[in-house]
Amino acid sequence: MVRMNTIVNGVRIDREIDANISLLDFLRDELGLVGTNRSCDVQVCGSCTVLVDGLPVSSCTFLANEADGAQVETIEGIRDTEFYRRAEAAFVSHAAVQCGFCTPGFVMTLKAMADDGVGAEEAQLRRSLSGNLCRCTGYRSILDAAAEIVSDR
Amino acid sequence: MTSPTLVERKSLHGAGAVGSSVARVDAIPKISGTAEFVGDLSLAGMLHGKVLRSNVAHARIREIDTGSAEQMPGVVAVLTGRDLMDIDPYFGHAIRDRPIVAIDVVRFVGEPIVAVAAETEAQAEAALLAITVEYEDLPVVASLDAALAHDAALVHDGPTRSGFAHGLGELPERDGNICYRYGFERGDIAEQASLASIVIDQEYDFPAVYQYAMETHAVIAHHDGDEINLWANCQHPFLVRAEIATLFGLPVDKVRIVVPFLGGGFGSKSYTKMEPITVALARKAGRPVKVVNRVDESMVTTRRHNMKCRMRTLATKEGELLGRSVEIWLDTGAYADNGPRVTATAADAASGPYRWPSVEVQAHCVYTNTGPAGSYRAFGATHLQWIGESQIDEVARLAGIDRLEFRRRNLLRPGEEVRPGGRPLDADLVGDVEKVAAAIGWGREHITDRGLGISVGLLAAGAHPVSSASVRMDADGGVVVLVASTEMGQGTRTVMAQIAAEVLGMDPGGVAVHGADTRFTPYDRSTGASRSTTVAGKAVERAAREVMDTLIETAATFLDVSDLDELSASDGRIWCGETSIGYAELIAKRFGFVGGELRGYGEVKPHGGGGSYAEGPVFWEVCVAGAEIELDRDTGMIRVLQTSSVADVGRAINPQLIERQDEGGALQGIGNALFEEMLYTDDGVLLNDTLLDYRIPATEDVPEKMTCIIVENEDGPGPFGAKGCGEGVLAALPAAIVNALADAGVPMTELPLTPERVWRQMQEIECQE
Repeated sequence: MVRMNTIVNGVRIDREIDANISLLDFLRDELGLVGTNRSCDVQVCGSCTVLVDGLPVSSCTFLANEADGAQVETIEGIRDTEFYRRAEAAFVSHAAVQCGFCTPGFVMTLKAMADDGVGAEEAQLRRSLSGNLCRCTGYRSILDAAAEIVSDR
Repeated sequence: MTSPTLVERKSLHGAGAVGSSVARVDAIPKISGTAEFVGDLSLAGMLHGKVLRSNVAHARIREIDTGSAEQMPGVVAVLTGRDLMDIDPYFGHAIRDRPIVAIDVVRFVGEPIVAVAAETEAQAEAALLAITVEYEDLPVVASLDAALAHDAALVHDGPTRSGFAHGLGELPERDGNICYRYGFERGDIAEQASLASIVIDQEYDFPAVYQYAMETHAVIAHHDGDEINLWANCQHPFLVRAEIATLFGLPVDKVRIVVPFLGGGFGSKSYTKMEPITVALARKAGRPVKVVNRVDESMVTTRRHNMKCRMRTLATKEGELLGRSVEIWLDTGAYADNGPRVTATAADAASGPYRWPSVEVQAHCVYTNTGPAGSYRAFGATHLQWIGESQIDEVARLAGIDRLEFRRRNLLRPGEEVRPGGRPLDADLVGDVEKVAAAIGWGREHITDRGLGISVGLLAAGAHPVSSASVRMDADGGVVVLVASTEMGQGTRTVMAQIAAEVLGMDPGGVAVHGADTRFTPYDRSTGASRSTTVAGKAVERAAREVMDTLIETAATFLDVSDLDELSASDGRIWCGETSIGYAELIAKRFGFVGGELRGYGEVKPHGGGGSYAEGPVFWEVCVAGAEIELDRDTGMIRVLQTSSVADVGRAINPQLIERQDEGGALQGIGNALFEEMLYTDDGVLLNDTLLDYRIPATEDVPEKMTCIIVENEDGPGPFGAKGCGEGVLAALPAAIVNALADAGVPMTELPLTPERVWRQMQEIECQE
């Protein structure tokens, strides 16, 4: 067990955790933040993307312990932001969501892209989103929504 | 008594709910992460289950030692085959060949042998490590060639037990490792062969493919002795209910299945998968148990059939088609799963939608010691269309006829027979293929290292046409549609809301559609085979019409109108000229005080006959696509520059959702065509069982241009002339890509078109020249 002191979605968390627990398990099982989804478990699909100190990470392969002293943001924590309202509107109007399993992960990656000032050029969007997989949409609608989200600020 | 309220009428012709791209009703919960998947749920006292799986492909089980595992911290129950002695523990809707956990024998790497339920997932995992299994190796047949060899070891040696829901008539006796056969013939192929001057005769290979629904299989089960409750991400809850009831000896009403949102299906969650083992474990534990697969476990739970095919196409030198003979061998793995149906559908797709004086098709479903293969979007058609269409291209080339013109001359026309005894063609294929060809610039000058391809095919769609639904209008005028179609991304809840709203003359926003709960939701056979809009949607339309009839009848009484034709519905009100009355008010009138509700019920059943597969399908789903590719001659790498596809949907309920279906199907088609392939060793070990090694399309694989053309001829059997879509492009696009590559000079007989495979073929062609 190790002591973990972190801020998740603005709330201070201070508790003993297993040293080998992943951030994904910590968020889902210990904090009940189930908007972050598990799929590939090997840092390929991006379903479990959260922000640690503003940077997108695959929480399936990120030890919770490594977030000690850091700020963690999940989909639950950004719902009240202006960014989220913009993202939601773009995903809805482009119907860029189908089964929805990958969607929160895409939104979190887009949050980091928007914060980082990534441009709306197609090639740049494809590169920046290449770590998020979606099996339903074929990506076209997500790329179109993404262009709107990152350019409209 | 109040007088009718005066309001301004907004729409004169119904609600216009059908035909408009209304926003998905489930978009916001999914974007915000509040949509619930099975993995997000938990019950009081719930345990976590983990499965010990075989690490050999074929062996007798000598001994299982679970002694120390049972003593591990947190462990509540350890399930082996010995715990199933009081029931008939075999399942399988097509062939009842699969034990809940291995009994005496394991037949593939990954087959469940023991399941453990513990207080935490980590404790269950730890307990698995303390279990030892002693095997006595049996000969392994891990490929079609091995399983079909003269003296091949048998994967199953008992008689075939027919499952309860295959719809394929009486199953033939097992013949060696061949568990099912389906075929048909017409005309005299030997006679036609004597007239042929063009004969294309080739063997082809199609790989095993993983559906990769991003959410893996997940089940929560509670067995309290005389009732089973399940939360499962299954596509066909009512078929799973029947199978669970049979397995555990309960009446169907004692088995309840609740289906929340599915994180993708694509066929991987069709029929029964992880439900029996979870129920058996919960039965032993006496507490609710949750089992969530990892990706490597879901990869051995189901996959797409790999296939070998030999096809021969006969034509005169002028390009007149004379006949086609096809032999198909599909590898269904160690258990049949949906293999027999896939086999029949593959045979149906084999001849292609052409006018043949003679056809002969024989398809075989073969057991091997690999993970079971079942449904994956556009099964059968994806397997065969690239083969049939590459031979059509070759005939056109040898006869010196443009490939589009060749199809114009030879494609079936609406009303013509597709296969003996089945539904005649119900679509305009010539019109469809002309559209996809035009979209990719057909007829333009040839560009070096680029190729254009088109393809046309049909997919037997609709499955067994049995669906029912009910529509409830609450006292406030709000509407709830009870329909068991599983929402797995395709947008069925949105479409059902639109159908009900159209009939009821109201905004789709006022219609709620929930997931299946078999305790309350009317029976629906399944969600798959592009059937929900067409079949379940028809049931919803009928149910809504019953509610509308009641509204009209009530309004007629209240407004004192005797000719019902004077009444119409829109904007949530019944109108008579300029006078109108709202639905809530009508319900209050009908029941005299607060409360009450209106109910409508609708059902769909086969027209005459038994609705058997032979008489089907419900409709022919059109599989038409075009592609332009660029070939890198140094590496064999292919880039798909543009794609086009037709969604021939009869009537587009929601055009935007249709386009999204085709875009998603197109990317799966690119994956299937270019790089997706499950690789097995001769010992039956799956080599690429993670997303690190099994690549699926990502953002960088999206073609620069994708065109989806929606065709609305109102010729479907569904509501408002609709018919299903979403699968066709997955069958059609790989075929168009193969044909585009042949157009660039590299014909291929093996998928996927990896750079290595393409490069080797280029070297071979060069050597021959």
